[in-house]
Amino acid sequence: MARTLLAIYPHSGRRYDEMLMADGNVRPHWRRFFDHLDAVSPEDMHQRLDFADRRIQENGVTYNVYADPSGADRPWALDPVPLIIPPEEWAEVSAAVAQRAALLNAILADLYGEQTLLAKGLLPPALVYGQHGYLWPCQGVRPPGDIWLHHYAVDLARSPNGRWWVIADRTQAPSGAGYALENRLVVSRVFPEMFRDLHVQHLADFFRDQQEGLTALAPLDPGEQPHIVLLTPGPYNETYFEHAYLARYLGFPLVEGQDLTVRGDTVYLKTLRGLKRVHVILRRQDDDYCDPLELRGDSALGVPGLLNVARAGRVAIANALGSGLLASGALMGFLPAICRELLGETLAMPSVGTWWCGEKPALEYVRENFDDLVIKPAYPTQRMEPVFGHELEGEARAEMLRRIEARPHAYVAQEMVNLAQAPTWSRAHERRLIARPVGLRAYAAVNAEGEYSVMPGGLTRVAQGAGARIISMQRGGASKDTWVLSNGPVSEFTLLKSSFGVRDLVRSGANLSSRVVENLFWLGRYSERFDDSARLLRVALARLVDVGGEKTPAVAAILELAETLEVLPKPEEDGEIGEGSEHVLLEAIYDPAQPGSLAGSIRSLMWSATHVRERLSLDHWQSLNRLQREQISAQKKHPTLTEAIAFLDRVLLVSSSLNGFAMDNMTRDEGWRFLIVGRRIERLCFLARGIAGFLRMSSARAQGSLDWLLEMADSSITYRSRYSRHAELLPVIDLLVFDDSNPHGVMFQVDVLSRYLERMAGELGADYASRLQAAAKRLADFDLAPFEHLAFSQGRGCQPCEELAGLLDRLVGAASHLSNGLGMRYFTHVGDVSRQTMAL
Amino acid sequence: MQAVRYHVLHETTYEYGSPISLSQQQLHLSPRFLPWQQVFEQRIDIAPAPTWRRDGLDAFGNPVSWISFHAPHDSLRIRSAMNIAVVPHPTDAATLAASLPWDVLRERLAYDAQAPLVEDLEATRFLFESPHVRVKHELAQYAADCFPPGTPVLVGAQALMAKIFAEFEFDPEATTVSTPVLEVLENKRGVCQDFAHLMIACLRALGLAARYVSGYLLTRPPPGKPRLIGADASHAWVSVYAPGTGDDWVDFDPTNNLLPDTEHITLAIGRDFSDISPLRGIILGGGSAEPEVAVTVVPLDEEEIPAALRDDAD
Repeated sequence: MARTLLAIYPHSGRRYDEMLMADGNVRPHWRRFFDHLDAVSPEDMHQRLDFADRRIQENGVTYNVYADPSGADRPWALDPVPLIIPPEEWAEVSAAVAQRAALLNAILADLYGEQTLLAKGLLPPALVYGQHGYLWPCQGVRPPGDIWLHHYAVDLARSPNGRWWVIADRTQAPSGAGYALENRLVVSRVFPEMFRDLHVQHLADFFRDQQEGLTALAPLDPGEQPHIVLLTPGPYNETYFEHAYLARYLGFPLVEGQDLTVRGDTVYLKTLRGLKRVHVILRRQDDDYCDPLELRGDSALGVPGLLNVARAGRVAIANALGSGLLASGALMGFLPAICRELLGETLAMPSVGTWWCGEKPALEYVRENFDDLVIKPAYPTQRMEPVFGHELEGEARAEMLRRIEARPHAYVAQEMVNLAQAPTWSRAHERRLIARPVGLRAYAAVNAEGEYSVMPGGLTRVAQGAGARIISMQRGGASKDTWVLSNGPVSEFTLLKSSFGVRDLVRSGANLSSRVVENLFWLGRYSERFDDSARLLRVALARLVDVGGEKTPAVAAILELAETLEVLPKPEEDGEIGEGSEHVLLEAIYDPAQPGSLAGSIRSLMWSATHVRERLSLDHWQSLNRLQREQISAQKKHPTLTEAIAFLDRVLLVSSSLNGFAMDNMTRDEGWRFLIVGRRIERLCFLARGIAGFLRMSSARAQGSLDWLLEMADSSITYRSRYSRHAELLPVIDLLVFDDSNPHGVMFQVDVLSRYLERMAGELGADYASRLQAAAKRLADFDLAPFEHLAFSQGRGCQPCEELAGLLDRLVGAASHLSNGLGMRYFTHVGDVSRQTMAL
Repeated sequence: MQAVRYHVLHETTYEYGSPISLSQQQLHLSPRFLPWQQVFEQRIDIAPAPTWRRDGLDAFGNPVSWISFHAPHDSLRIRSAMNIAVVPHPTDAATLAASLPWDVLRERLAYDAQAPLVEDLEATRFLFESPHVRVKHELAQYAADCFPPGTPVLVGAQALMAKIFAEFEFDPEATTVSTPVLEVLENKRGVCQDFAHLMIACLRALGLAARYVSGYLLTRPPPGKPRLIGADASHAWVSVYAPGTGDDWVDFDPTNNLLPDTEHITLAIGRDFSDISPLRGIILGGGSAEPEVAVTVVPLDEEEIPAALRDDAD
């Protein structure tokens, strides 16, 4: 038996230790888990950690550090050792969190209503009228059920004597509940026996309560079913992963502001089947961005007119607009008196000692005890990092004091808390527990009875260093699952497979938002485009490598076609592609800034995929994730031609797995149809333009050109299996254009598109289909006989070539017309941004 | 003294160039209730007719209307016409001198954990930063020489108004609706809104409460010329909290360096322009979004105009 993990686990006199008592013994509620952990072999633990890492990476659990569409997402950091809390202790914490949520809701009701708290002097006007977070247009707006605060998060810390304190309230659009859920799904599988034997309380009940609570508040007209959406600011947001994750878990459509539209006093979701009324908006977008008509006018994210819907009581917004106000730390000192006033109760859990500098005596105290305090902004909208008094000296200290005295109401001082420490598995050692400061973010949500349910557990956040005073996910902190034990059996309820009635069955996907459909369409087009570009570039590179980098006529011909297809930039007027071929090709692969480049297509593909993330299967997403990593890592090096070819091989491999998933794993609803239509339109255009260009190029008459044309169209194998001889013009043209059994042929794309268009004809109008079919018919009627004895490789002018190319052009025109038509009929037009107007 | 009666016409026209598919507008075009103003008639004509409309009062007690258009349209014309009388309510020097010392008032408005007076609490709505009014120490510095210790608040306000009038130049080209106050302070140029915002910011930086007032101003055509229709513009000025005087608030017009009386017609009161912009909207589609605005203020009975204004009459 290896030495116990306790042997080198550090004790601390300054901090409360979650696992150890003061005498160094393991606390009773940790005993079983610790013994289990102590007994796990290094190999076994290694496997378990691998499992956790893999699961997080493959699920794409990320936390965007800064907004970057090219993919600066960082994997979520999870420590496998949970924080364990015994049932009796949790009962107290939970009651205190529920009380605080109810209190904050009552304060919002007062501040947006009667304002008795101000009239009685229980709250300074500066903390209400002085905050940008107090939204004046929301004054007097009464939400359904008088609920302003539907969901609430609170950051808790434990002081050295073991007592829990409130550090911060989150009332705007609290994040992290989804990450807590994901942590649970991972950690409960890392320690399945312990999870079962310790009777850890499940989280699903909490989310069901939240679901029911929102449903109960839906202001329904007779005959309506509640329609609840989750509003996200979009993929740039740091917690977008969570928005998509929760939307999928709770079964609410994930929407962006542009998906919603207000008509009069009703808000609607733009769907494929027209406008569908929305009753409840679970909002992850900050409130002042929600309605550019009355709130921030510079916001393109919002839903113009939403406030009027709220005013009419026709939508429940969770949390109500204006709720962000209460996240101000300056309120904390006033809460005990307000709690007695509004609830007639004593505040159950104290807040960390907080002095709002806007009060003279408080400012005096702060001046005298500066070294023991942390200075923070009084208003959540202020951008300022916490400042530790004792770290400031000389001029910096004087400057800070001057700033506070100039605008005392904008600052609060808080006493420093020595956070509790908890055991954390060290990644740097083979088998070691280290101690890290932790804080707990707990969650409450309104249930169907209008009371607050508290999530049993929450998100335990871990500071990065042993001596850290601040926990921040932005600064590289990690997280833990939180296990609240129970004395008896736990509820086995799960949202993942709850039972449905016949009425709940959803088959059509008629509620698909227009934006989702639009993004799926572009996902289809981009995934084909990057496949096509990769294939063309590989053809060119392979030839270039074969001839040792020399620019042979064959290489020149391929480059010319690539220019025609806009995969390569057009050369300067009198510029020659010469020695630069290699450079030009590498840029076309790796440089996302170059128009038409492969890297650009990959980026666009990721972008549309990110927007429909909640619709993609996990496998689908993993496959895309791998592609992105591949591109980014390759972009940093200076690859050789051979490495570039290997990269293209892998891109094509990922591409084919992606298509496999699309065909095999995605639900065949209308969204899927748009994906396929997008794909077929893109392939049709690529092939038709490519073949037409080829037929017109005199350089294509060189030896071996037909071989690379087949390769580019991914039809070499089919050709060889049919003709078992070297490529000749007539059979090649037949295979690539006319053979409707070749999935990489022109006619095949037309046939598939026609089938889908038939189903849509009612809505789309027959014009699009008939124009496409007319162009296809003329092509099909084309007489191939003149090609029979055509000496293609010698001929200079080629009349039949020109005629065939003209027919292919027509087909491209009809396909583009169709693409535009789909856009006009079905899409949101995300390019059409609302604008603010102002007249004096 | 007799009330002065006006006919006010405020017309806003948008020619969008191409169709707007969806438009929502918020109107602050109807005059709020005031003891010295009497509205005889007021109507707002809108073309095309809005699909939807809601009327109400905003959080500051101003009439507000929301309208929306759900059908494509390529122009919008809003014509507000009112027949309104302003009763003289002059502020004399004695009133200014009798107002509370500004530093006493500042202390009264600061929070002291006691229940505030009702009117003081009302005034604190206008005591802090607002979207167009940053409160910075540069502003307090600028105003400092107008407010020596013990100066009655309204005497200080009058000195500040005179200082702004003397040091700043009226220049419609210098600023836009979103020019920050500090930039106006630096460049010393702007229009009535800028001067109002600047004066409000200075007062709030000193710990005093000040409101933004929007409305109209009677302008006089050049001698011998007829009054031109649409030659006027909407106007903005400042209202300063001075409990115990009149209705606790006294108006100042820093653009013209005068104390508003019967020549100023009040529409709305807010923390700043953003609370009460006359016409604010969100449109989808269209080309141009630049409005044509024409305001005309005509005294209904020239006989009743105070003598000082009649030098241009024939």
